[in-house]
Amino acid sequence: MAKNYIKLDGTVCKGCRVCVEACPKQCIVIGSDINKMGYQYAKFENPGCIGCGICFYVCPEPGTITVIKEEEDKK
Amino acid sequence: MIKHTKPSAFYDTFERKGPGQKTTHYCPGCGHGTVHKLIAEAIDEMGIKDQVIFCAPVGCTTLMYFYFDTGNMQCPHGRAPAVATGISRTLDDSIVISYQGDGDLAGIGMSEIVHAANRGEKLTVFFVNNAIYGMTGGQMAPTTLIGQESKTTPFGRDPIRDGMPIRMSELINTLEAPVFVERCSLGTAAGVLKTRKAVKKALMNQKNKKGFSFVEILSPCPINWKMDAIQSRKWLIENLEKFYEVKNFRDKDTSIKGQGRLPFLSDDELLKVLDVTADTSSDDDNNRVDIGEHKVKIAGFGGQGIMSVGVLLANCAKNAGFNSTWLPSYGAEMRGGTAYASVVMSNDIIGTPVVDTPDVLIAMNSPSLDAFENSVTKGGTIIVNSSIVSRKVTRTDVNTYYVPATAMANELGLTATAAVIILAFYAKALGIFGVDILKAVVPISIKNKKYIEANLRAITAGEMFFDDYKK
Repeated sequence: MAKNYIKLDGTVCKGCRVCVEACPKQCIVIGSDINKMGYQYAKFENPGCIGCGICFYVCPEPGTITVIKEEEDKK
Repeated sequence: MIKHTKPSAFYDTFERKGPGQKTTHYCPGCGHGTVHKLIAEAIDEMGIKDQVIFCAPVGCTTLMYFYFDTGNMQCPHGRAPAVATGISRTLDDSIVISYQGDGDLAGIGMSEIVHAANRGEKLTVFFVNNAIYGMTGGQMAPTTLIGQESKTTPFGRDPIRDGMPIRMSELINTLEAPVFVERCSLGTAAGVLKTRKAVKKALMNQKNKKGFSFVEILSPCPINWKMDAIQSRKWLIENLEKFYEVKNFRDKDTSIKGQGRLPFLSDDELLKVLDVTADTSSDDDNNRVDIGEHKVKIAGFGGQGIMSVGVLLANCAKNAGFNSTWLPSYGAEMRGGTAYASVVMSNDIIGTPVVDTPDVLIAMNSPSLDAFENSVTKGGTIIVNSSIVSRKVTRTDVNTYYVPATAMANELGLTATAAVIILAFYAKALGIFGVDILKAVVPISIKNKKYIEANLRAITAGEMFFDDYKK
């Protein structure tokens, strides 16, 4: 199985939940921690990420989400 | 491998004041951040970062220059398409983006966007429609839906009280010139991905110099809609998308055809088009009399040639090597109203063309003498057209001359040359420039060439009258 994941920068997340709702595999949740801006920020939790990039596109903050997708074996 | 990350068209750090140098100033769940990201990504993919110039509106996106590492221009409210037109026409290789909100584009800037679209300017317009004035606190916008509550429509927007919402994409689509018109929505992830395509297409059109592209993006404003980010997206789908149909309205390859840019004209060609003759005066300071600043007021009826003589005088002064200005002032009537021309000549740069205290007053009729006699500087000169003005000058601290110019002009057969006769008299009396200059400038300054001869005769008459006057 390809190892796909996202890096979610909690310090710049405003906790709007749009990515949480949009993720087709429910990989993202809102955590209980609060960042410096005062928002309960999103966290990448569950495995099963397919690296589709939907969270990246719907997220209103340019710098929050980075999507890493493992290159598939070309065998 | 990194598949998606913050596009490099954004600055790494957003150097705005306040907390959060890595975040935008937009509220949680706002659509602007998403649109910014889509545009930035398209800029990255197309490699046009150094060509892009953003024209930012007034609204929440006023501060977008903090975010985009591209050219940025902050425009007055609604005028982004006008500013963008200027940039696009001046810088051929630029890719100009007008980024506007609904209050900006469909409200105060309605005229600018319609005409820019109608001219088919090479622009890309991103119209972010959230059906409300966001930055100012949620007032009704032109695109606010019927029944939608806002600060200024607390009982909901009413068609009779407030008019109907305006469908901008449909409106732009009625015009001939635009090549691409599409409405997108940020309501769902699928909608965002479709918006991404439209954004890229609209930028591509400009890169390929196709013409005007217009992308309307339905976007949530959770704060002013008084919802959270998720509710607002749901509301957008259930309400905004029902009224504003999400679809592509137009996608064609060619815009309107025409000659386009004016040809480049050489100085000589330009002077010919403007019907003026090149400045033949010399800049040699030694040939000039030192006159300081010399102010002349020529006053009379409209139709007495006051204005043309003013121009003639200013042209003579210029030919004699001075700086000069001419300022007309007259009533609404073409003939018979009051009229006066102010002429300033100077060795130096002229600050104002207005003449309040003339050194020389040429009074062509009685009301002019009455009005301006007292304004002449002490030791100045008053030249009176004594054919028409029956009274004498009452002041004793000025030089006065009486020239029966109208009668003399009648004798010559062209009444309108009366003022030219006085001008020749003036040239002789003041000695600032010679009558030879006046004779040389007349053929250039007089528009209707068949009167040149009569004017030259008038000059001779004025010259002779002065010689007799002295005896």
